[in-house]
Amino acid sequence: MKKRPTVGEILQAKGVSRRGFLKYCATTASILALPPSMIPRIAEAIENTRRPSVIWLSFQECTGCTESLTRSASPTVEGLIFDAISLDYHHTLQAAAGDQAEAARHAAMEENEGGYLVLVDGSIPLGNPGFSTIAGMSNVEMLKETVAGAAAVVAIGSCAAFGGIPGADPNPTGAVSVMDLVTDKPVINVPGCPPIPMVMTAVLTHFLTFGTIPDLDKHGRPMTFFGTTIHDRCYRRPFYEQGKFAETFDDEGAKAGWCLYKLGCKGPTTYNACATTKWNSGTSFPIEAGHPCLGCSEPNFWDGGGFYEPLSTGRFDSGTKLAGAAAAGVALGVAAAAAGRSKQAKFTKEG
Amino acid sequence: MDLLAFAKGPALQVAAYIFVAGSIWRIVGIVLLKEKVDHSEPRKSGGLMAALKVIYTRSFTASPFKRATLYPKMLAYVQHLGLFAVIFLFVPHIMFFEGFLGFSWPGLPNNIIYLLGVAAVAASIALLVRRLTSPVLKLISNFDDYFSWFVTVLPLVTGLMIPVRMGFRYEDILAVHILSVVLLMLWFPFGKLGHAFLVFVTRGTTGMVFERRGAKT
Ligand code: SF4
Ligand code: SF4
Repeated sequence: MKKRPTVGEILQAKGVSRRGFLKYCATTASILALPPSMIPRIAEAIENTRRPSVIWLSFQECTGCTESLTRSASPTVEGLIFDAISLDYHHTLQAAAGDQAEAARHAAMEENEGGYLVLVDGSIPLGNPGFSTIAGMSNVEMLKETVAGAAAVVAIGSCAAFGGIPGADPNPTGAVSVMDLVTDKPVINVPGCPPIPMVMTAVLTHFLTFGTIPDLDKHGRPMTFFGTTIHDRCYRRPFYEQGKFAETFDDEGAKAGWCLYKLGCKGPTTYNACATTKWNSGTSFPIEAGHPCLGCSEPNFWDGGGFYEPLSTGRFDSGTKLAGAAAAGVALGVAAAAAGRSKQAKFTKEG
Repeated sequence: MDLLAFAKGPALQVAAYIFVAGSIWRIVGIVLLKEKVDHSEPRKSGGLMAALKVIYTRSFTASPFKRATLYPKMLAYVQHLGLFAVIFLFVPHIMFFEGFLGFSWPGLPNNIIYLLGVAAVAASIALLVRRLTSPVLKLISNFDDYFSWFVTVLPLVTGLMIPVRMGFRYEDILAVHILSVVLLMLWFPFGKLGHAFLVFVTRGTTGMVFERRGAKT
């Protein structure tokens, strides 16, 4: 097996300054909720780790997750770290195609048996294998084959983690998530539509630094990023408590930055790091830009009611059934009254 | 389907059918009953004004009992007004009602609602203690009284736990809150909680009957 360069060497070759690199390590330590004393350990681990082998499989997806990571306005250290660790196999990013690409995947699997990471974006259709194939292979076959020798699997984005859009009602392709299929390997879910780039790389950095997977919540998401709700960290929260809500997207309340609850904000039930880590190198996040949270990092968020429907709206079906219940009530009431009246009549007669 | 989706969907849906059918059954069943026959010449006509008068005057205690009932009366007011505000003036609740009524009304700031909610819970507990310690009240209380108390206080407590969280996840405690409301809706028409619909009907009827008989109201 040829010696892989260390991640440090790759970063150096790409012109990342020492200062920029340490800044990345410090940010990672802070968002992973590690004490500052861990920064040197992270730096050391990243610098000296041989480039780990990562195979990225793309199934039923829109490439948004890859875009999120690679299309930042200026190349970020997290983007470069990602580059440095991920290039064994990635449909969108690799130069190879066809048989060559498949050969690269097999080579990476053989050379790193038991030690490579598999990253997956997109859901896997079970309905008909023909819905999505790569090199003549169904997605489920490719996933199973690739995961067999992996150390761990990271499901990138809500489609891989929970089924996402392809899995939304009526789920025409029979789409399932990675954790539905992979039960004998650790699976880390990094959901989001797309996930925050910093969160994706921090999870990988955690793996590089400690060789373990981070603490996960009940949906398999790293607690450090998905441990609190958007609502709990939202800077508009004081307005929520004061009862100051934007009613429309252009009223005075919206202009004054009031809470977006009435416009359908799903922040209270959404666990993600948007409100703290933010997007575009820490610039802002959707709520800051004036749009309610859609809840994109939650399972089945597409089927969770309208995006602009307030969270507390009940999910009733038609009002006709309710009218039916009312009619049944009237009928019962009339019957009860008739029975009551005859009793009354008897009573008065007797009395 | 997770717990929250179940609570917001099928559970609430079924509860709504039973609540609507049950409430209408109870109200129609009573309203359509035969009016009492007059055994003597009515003194007055006993119209709407007589009903309204008693609806108003019975909101206060008659003077001989004022002192004796001051404490429970105050508690009952705190409990009832607190409940009213929490249910109808909390913005997320208003949004819930707007979901099927199609219109909304102004609410109160959440902080004030939390305070009123805590006051309502405290008053409910004090009233329960009174019920359990007063020999007379204890004697005339049955399962209905205690269960009605329970299903009323449960949504208050679970609702207040949502902002406090106490280690629970928001969506889980929200689901439990909605399910506690489901329980309340299922029991509401059939137990003593039905007084919410009937209290003014019965008071008004009393007012009309009394006036016909020439009794002082
Ligand atoms: S905007 Fe959304 S997340 Fe922020 S306080 Fe309002 S409801 Fe919560
Ligand atoms: S704010 Fe909400 S919908 Fe938007 S990206 Fe974050 S978790 Fe997803």
